[in-house]
Amino acid sequence: MTILVIAEHDGKALAPATLNTVAAAAKIGGDIHVLVAGQGIGAVAEAAAQIAGVAKVLVADNAAYAHQLPENVAPLVAELGAGYSHILAAATSNGKNILPRVAAQLDVDQISEIVSVVSADTFTRPIYAGNAIATVQSTAPVKVITVRATGFDPVAAQGGSAAVEAVAAVHDAGTSSFVGEELAKSDRPELTAAKIVVSGGRGMQNGDNFKLLYTLADKLGAAVGASRAAVDAGFVPNDMQVGQTGKIVAPQLYIAVGISGAIQHLAGMKDSKVIVAINKDEEAPIFQVADYGLVADLFEAVPELEKLV
Amino acid sequence: MKVLVAVKRVVDYNVKVRVKADNSGVDLANVKMSMNPFCEIAVEEAVRLKEKGVATEIVVVSIGPTTAQEQLRTALALGADRAILVESAEDLTSLAVAKLLKAVVDKEQPQLVILGKQAIDSDNNQTGQMLAALTGFGQGTFASKVEVAGDKVAVTREVDGGAQTVSLSLPAIITTDLRLNEPRYASLPNIMKAKKKPLEVLTPDALGVSTASTNKTLKVEAPAARSAGIKVKSVAELVEKLKNEAKVI
Repeated sequence: MTILVIAEHDGKALAPATLNTVAAAAKIGGDIHVLVAGQGIGAVAEAAAQIAGVAKVLVADNAAYAHQLPENVAPLVAELGAGYSHILAAATSNGKNILPRVAAQLDVDQISEIVSVVSADTFTRPIYAGNAIATVQSTAPVKVITVRATGFDPVAAQGGSAAVEAVAAVHDAGTSSFVGEELAKSDRPELTAAKIVVSGGRGMQNGDNFKLLYTLADKLGAAVGASRAAVDAGFVPNDMQVGQTGKIVAPQLYIAVGISGAIQHLAGMKDSKVIVAINKDEEAPIFQVADYGLVADLFEAVPELEKLV
Repeated sequence: MKVLVAVKRVVDYNVKVRVKADNSGVDLANVKMSMNPFCEIAVEEAVRLKEKGVATEIVVVSIGPTTAQEQLRTALALGADRAILVESAEDLTSLAVAKLLKAVVDKEQPQLVILGKQAIDSDNNQTGQMLAALTGFGQGTFASKVEVAGDKVAVTREVDGGAQTVSLSLPAIITTDLRLNEPRYASLPNIMKAKKKPLEVLTPDALGVSTASTNKTLKVEAPAARSAGIKVKSVAELVEKLKNEAKVI
């Protein structure tokens, strides 16, 4: 059994989610190869070769793979992956974009967002916004799987010494092109990798009030997230959304501020180790999942909390 | 330009589902069913394209049980011109649905296919991408903005780090994210008119598509419940608990 893991990266650095995906591959068992596809990705390939437990790194460095357009990357993965027992990618926006296209090209069903490995062909995954956990078995010759990072502790980023091999195959479908991107710039930790997350909801009232959370987050070394209500209302950008269809987080500490706790939001954070809820409505459903609930006006409680931590 | 929109009948987003006692699935008996929220956004986007004069005809398709006709009628009331139901009582996988949609695409030859990015029941997030693979079309997934110009469509996508814009040659596949638009409600006169719009019923057999699957759901269980927490009386007590009891700060 040999498993192909698709590296998650932004062209410059290897993303931590790759380490969780390799961890899932290690649970399945067998040799682990990592594919790095992109343009000018030498540094990413070097980092991938150092991941503990990786036997080989395949590098597809070509202009056609810049920005990882799925029309070009999926045929590459399908061609290389056909000889593997499993193809794994992180359930990031990139992994979700590319991998189903690979599965369909290989004529197999995909298993999305696994949170545990039962055996080499059987996995568990949340459905219905995490209100049920399905155990799914795959009979596919190549099992195509996306991995939810919060289900697997990352392997060590160092300690490996994988062989690096260039891949010559070039697929350029010519049906799509990259136009531009607007990426959020932040000095705070990345939402899905942070040990502490402070999130705000509709109760924040406006985008300016999120400064209260940024100040608290900076004191705690935390990332800042938001509920869908706060994103839809335009308080903060979409990349901060935590929930069923946004980002899935499971930090050591999750502080929900002015968030009522719709099931769609709970789906994105209820696996956090400790949950704190601050809300003035004592009936808010968020209190049903909170380890520590504080019924208070957030505009008084958050500044006080910032002073005391 | 013809636009094809795929919609799915799912449990209403306000319903908290329960797992069946025999662990064979979730209990959907007597539960409110609705159009998947992301599919509502897909219908709305197609209607807006028609209002702008970009789209000339909107065909809405659903793969599902007979009762999915309700969701198709809703889409017709929102502004779709005609509907196709590919009727199947089975619980189909995303790949099977994508294959059936491919057969409908071959038949209808749309320039744009719009789907929801994910159904809130299976939470798969696969069908649009799979349909793109089977048709060979470009894909603009998780769209927050769609602009058709000539034989291309520019799609702004919600990605982990922010937003990305790609340009796709038509025909193309688009899957919707939450911020693409805010769906309208159907008016009573439009609901009445929708009853007279054409709705064609097909079967997987008639389309010559096999719905065999490589995935098998062995069991469905309730997630581990969180044990009930406590209410603290003050911020000072909260900080004390976080430091000394939970030891997370």
